[in-house]
Amino acid sequence: MSTATLTPTSTPTGSGRAKPVHDEGRIGLRNNLRHIGALVRRNLLQIKKDPESMFDALLMPIIFTLLFVYVFGGSVGGSMGGGRQEYLNYLIPGLMAMMGMNIAMAVGSGVNDDFRKGVMDRFRTMPIARSSVLIAKIVVELGRMMVATLILLAMGFALGMELQESVLGLLGAIALSAAFGAAIMWIFILLGLTMKTAQAVQGMGMLVLMPLQFGSSIFAPTKTMPGWLQTFTDYNPLSNLADAARALMMGGPLAHSVLVTLGWTVVITAVMAPLAVSKFRKKS
Amino acid sequence: MVRMTRIDKNPRSGANAVEVRGLVKHYGSTKALDGVDLDVREGTVLGVLGPNGAGKTTLVRCLSTLIVPDAGHATVAGYDVVKQPRQLRRTIGLTGQYASVDEKLSGWENLYMIGRLLDLPRKTARARADELLERFSLTEAARKAAMDYSGGMRRRLDLAASMIGSPAVLYLDEPTTGLDPRTRNEVWDEVQRMVAEGATVLLTTQYMEEAEQLANELTVIDKGKIIARGGVDELKAKVGGRTLQLRPSDPAQLAAMAQAIREAGLDGVAGAQAVPDEGLLYVPILSDEQLTSVIGLLGTRGFPLAHVATALPSLDEVFLAITGEKSASATDTIPEEVAA
Repeated sequence: MSTATLTPTSTPTGSGRAKPVHDEGRIGLRNNLRHIGALVRRNLLQIKKDPESMFDALLMPIIFTLLFVYVFGGSVGGSMGGGRQEYLNYLIPGLMAMMGMNIAMAVGSGVNDDFRKGVMDRFRTMPIARSSVLIAKIVVELGRMMVATLILLAMGFALGMELQESVLGLLGAIALSAAFGAAIMWIFILLGLTMKTAQAVQGMGMLVLMPLQFGSSIFAPTKTMPGWLQTFTDYNPLSNLADAARALMMGGPLAHSVLVTLGWTVVITAVMAPLAVSKFRKKS
Repeated sequence: MVRMTRIDKNPRSGANAVEVRGLVKHYGSTKALDGVDLDVREGTVLGVLGPNGAGKTTLVRCLSTLIVPDAGHATVAGYDVVKQPRQLRRTIGLTGQYASVDEKLSGWENLYMIGRLLDLPRKTARARADELLERFSLTEAARKAAMDYSGGMRRRLDLAASMIGSPAVLYLDEPTTGLDPRTRNEVWDEVQRMVAEGATVLLTTQYMEEAEQLANELTVIDKGKIIARGGVDELKAKVGGRTLQLRPSDPAQLAAMAQAIREAGLDGVAGAQAVPDEGLLYVPILSDEQLTSVIGLLGTRGFPLAHVATALPSLDEVFLAITGEKSASATDTIPEEVAA
């Protein structure tokens, strides 16, 4: 595809200047990675200058673990045939799944915020793939998610969580949560590009996440829930993710929940990523 | 192959860097652009003059691939805005009305990031950031977050950011709107320097004075349509050039002075209007020669003057002269020292 055949009607005026070698417009993989790198650096610098923006990733795992373990731990653990200890082993893998969602939500408000400032206009008038701005955001949020996960695990171990499976299983659980979290980020990016304000993104996100998080096997086993709710939790991808993480860390039937979670991850990414990038491209 | 034969040896020979034909953009039922045609020759500055809502920003956003036009055709440096957006983006720089830098990052960090995004090697990107900060007198503020910059510093940082890739075509969308007169002069100086170094610029503005300072040619746009175009002098002649304001030492002489000028029959000086309330005499003039002869006449007739000033026609007067109707918003867009 030479430029001449693309625009038969255009007069290639102004070509007295030497054009860069790669002026066909395609952006090579190496350049693309470098662009993403520069944009990741930008997001990290933002965090460095505004450390408060890390509070959610730092404090959420601590607060949630303490709250659930000490408020519900005794009674839920008791009904599971154990005690607080039993519940701790049940809860931590679930929280790992949950926190990914809350952090993913931050991507949406971040993108929304960026768009209302001029800097996005600059990125969009530069010769970089438009997806690289979004991918850089996702990379940074995944980093934040890892920080939160590490703190969560540290909390869990400090309170006496015991892994029933190998470290490999633990790494598998972390990887699965991250992959699913990244898929969910595309949904929040789309939401961030569609809604008017960052607050609206936050509000809408909570509205969707709360029922999904609590109507799942994240915090408590589903067998005491009414039938209609069990149907919901069975189809709730967060239940599958929590079950998968739990199986990988604590043992139990593995294949179904892991496969279903991977399925959701692939489908959500395949549908939402192109939608988000296309919305990003068209947004004026 | 066709391209090669058409390459112009001399970039300043008058080829068009920007060509716009019949550009149309709707927002709902309003036509932001209603069939715009314009050219910007290489190495020149085209001023696009118009009031708020005339379609200036929409035009710039179309030409910088931020929005896709509904109809029409536009090329920048030979690249089609719709079909070759990625190639086109390599040739342009944009400085908008709102600073397009990351506010949380420092000036240096912003410029370095943009250098890296433009594929400069690390070392070159660093050097370029230092060089441009120096050039735009921001070296001292290099490590400060952009959000702590003053309005003028931000605009200069924005200009610096647009210059990193040495773009062939630079869009300046109302580069001084909202700036105080001193800061505005700083920005004008920078733009003039860039133009002297050969940049091709498309400048939008609401200010006649800005257009005169910076532009070689003018296009006047209103309600999405081009309503006049030509050289700055042509347009000024069409509108009536400048207005000479004279304040006699003795206000009682106003009427006598006006009469003297009218009766002297100076070449091309159409009339003189005394406004006793302001103690001022207004004389429309078209050239420096006319200005000199008016002053000369008053000198030989023995009218002492306390104050002399000239004012450009306001955007409102431009519109009045061209369309016969007042623009909706022009009255409040004239900078004070021009109107005064």
